[in-house]
Amino acid sequence: MCGTCGCSNGNKITISNLENHHHDHHDHHHHDHPHSHDLDHSHTHHHSTTKMTLEVEQDILHHNNITAARNRGFFEAKNIFTINLVSSPGSGKTSLLERTISDLKNDIPFYVIEGDQQTQNDANRIKALNIPVIQINTGKGCHLESDMVYEAVKKLEIKDNSFLMIENVGNLVCPAMFDLGENKRIVIISVTEGEDKPQKYPDMFHSSDVCIINKTDLLPYLKFDIEKLKSYALQVNHHLKFFEVSATTGEGMETWYQWLKKNLDKKL
Amino acid sequence: MHELSIALGIVKIAEEETKKAKAARVELIELEIGTLAGVELDSLNYVWDSAVKETVLESAVKEIKVIKAKAKCLDCDILFDIEHIYDICPNCKSHIKAIIMGKELRVKSLIVI
Repeated sequence: MCGTCGCSNGNKITISNLENHHHDHHDHHHHDHPHSHDLDHSHTHHHSTTKMTLEVEQDILHHNNITAARNRGFFEAKNIFTINLVSSPGSGKTSLLERTISDLKNDIPFYVIEGDQQTQNDANRIKALNIPVIQINTGKGCHLESDMVYEAVKKLEIKDNSFLMIENVGNLVCPAMFDLGENKRIVIISVTEGEDKPQKYPDMFHSSDVCIINKTDLLPYLKFDIEKLKSYALQVNHHLKFFEVSATTGEGMETWYQWLKKNLDKKL
Repeated sequence: MHELSIALGIVKIAEEETKKAKAARVELIELEIGTLAGVELDSLNYVWDSAVKETVLESAVKEIKVIKAKAKCLDCDILFDIEHIYDICPNCKSHIKAIIMGKELRVKSLIVI
C-alpha cells in the first residue's frame, strides 16, 4: 500500500511528459530513501523484551511538508512564481489557465502541472497552447502531494523568472491538507455553485491566499449573490483576496494578470 | 478520502521510529488531533485496520487525544473556543481571528517493545 498518496494496493501514480511522449510509471512505493515495509526486517535483530517510550512529537504530514519546503526553495532560487489551483471539479481551473496563458505567454514563460485521477485531457488542452506540461494521474488518489510535484518539476526543466501553474485534482476537501511548495494557493469558485461553499468546505478557503470567482458572465441568469459569497469566505479567512472573472469572455482578467505579474516582479 | 493518507503517514513514522529504536513492534501509539485538523476520526478509525496490517502497528493500541480548537480575536483580544473555522468572536462578533489551537496532527509518542 502506498505510503504517501493514500491509494490502495497496486495503485500507480503516472507522471507523463507530453513533450516527448515519454511515460514514466512511477511506482509510489519506492522513494529514494530507505523504507521499512519489509515484513521480516523486525525479526532479524536482537530485541529485548523491555518496553520503551519514544517521545516522537512528529507532524503526521512531516514527509509531505519537508518535500514541499524543498520544492519551495527550488522555486525561490530560480525566481519561479508557483501557484496551486484548487476547486471543485468543473469550476473552470483549466479554462482559467488556458485564457491566462494565451494572454500572457508572449511576455512570460509558463509551465503547467496538471493533476487528475484519470486521462490526459487537461494536459492536451495546455499542450495545444505550446506550453510545457506534465500530467500527473493520481489513480485512486484524491489530491496531489509534494513528492509528485517534485518529480514533475524535474521533468519540466523550468527556466528562471517564469510561472509554474499547478492544477490540483478537482476536490474541495483533500488537497487543502497538502502543501506542494507553492507560493500562493488559489481557490476558484464559479457562480453556478452555492454562496455558502466556503462554509461547507472551510479548510480549503482557510488555507488559500486568493479566491477567484469565475463564470461571472452567467450572473444575469442566476440567483447568485457575490457579496454574500465574499462575506462567507471572509468569515473563514479574513486574508482572502478576491478576483471576479469570466475566463470565457475575459471580463475581469486584467486585474488578475496585474496581480500575477506583480508577484513575479516581487520575486525578482 | 485523505484519512487513508493520514493513516499511512502515521504508519511511516511508526516504522521509522521503531526501526531507529531497534524494537520489534509498537504496543501503544498516542496521537494528538485537533478538532480543526481536517481529519474525521470515524474515517480514520475505519481505514486504520487495513493501513496498519502487516506493519509494526498491527497490534498496537491507538490512543487519540482530541485537542479542542481555540481562537484569539484580533479585534478585542479575547480567547474563545471554536467549533467551526467560520465562528465569530462571542464578545465583539468579529470574524477576524487567529486559530491558536486545533490544527494539530501529531504522533505524540510510541511505546515500543
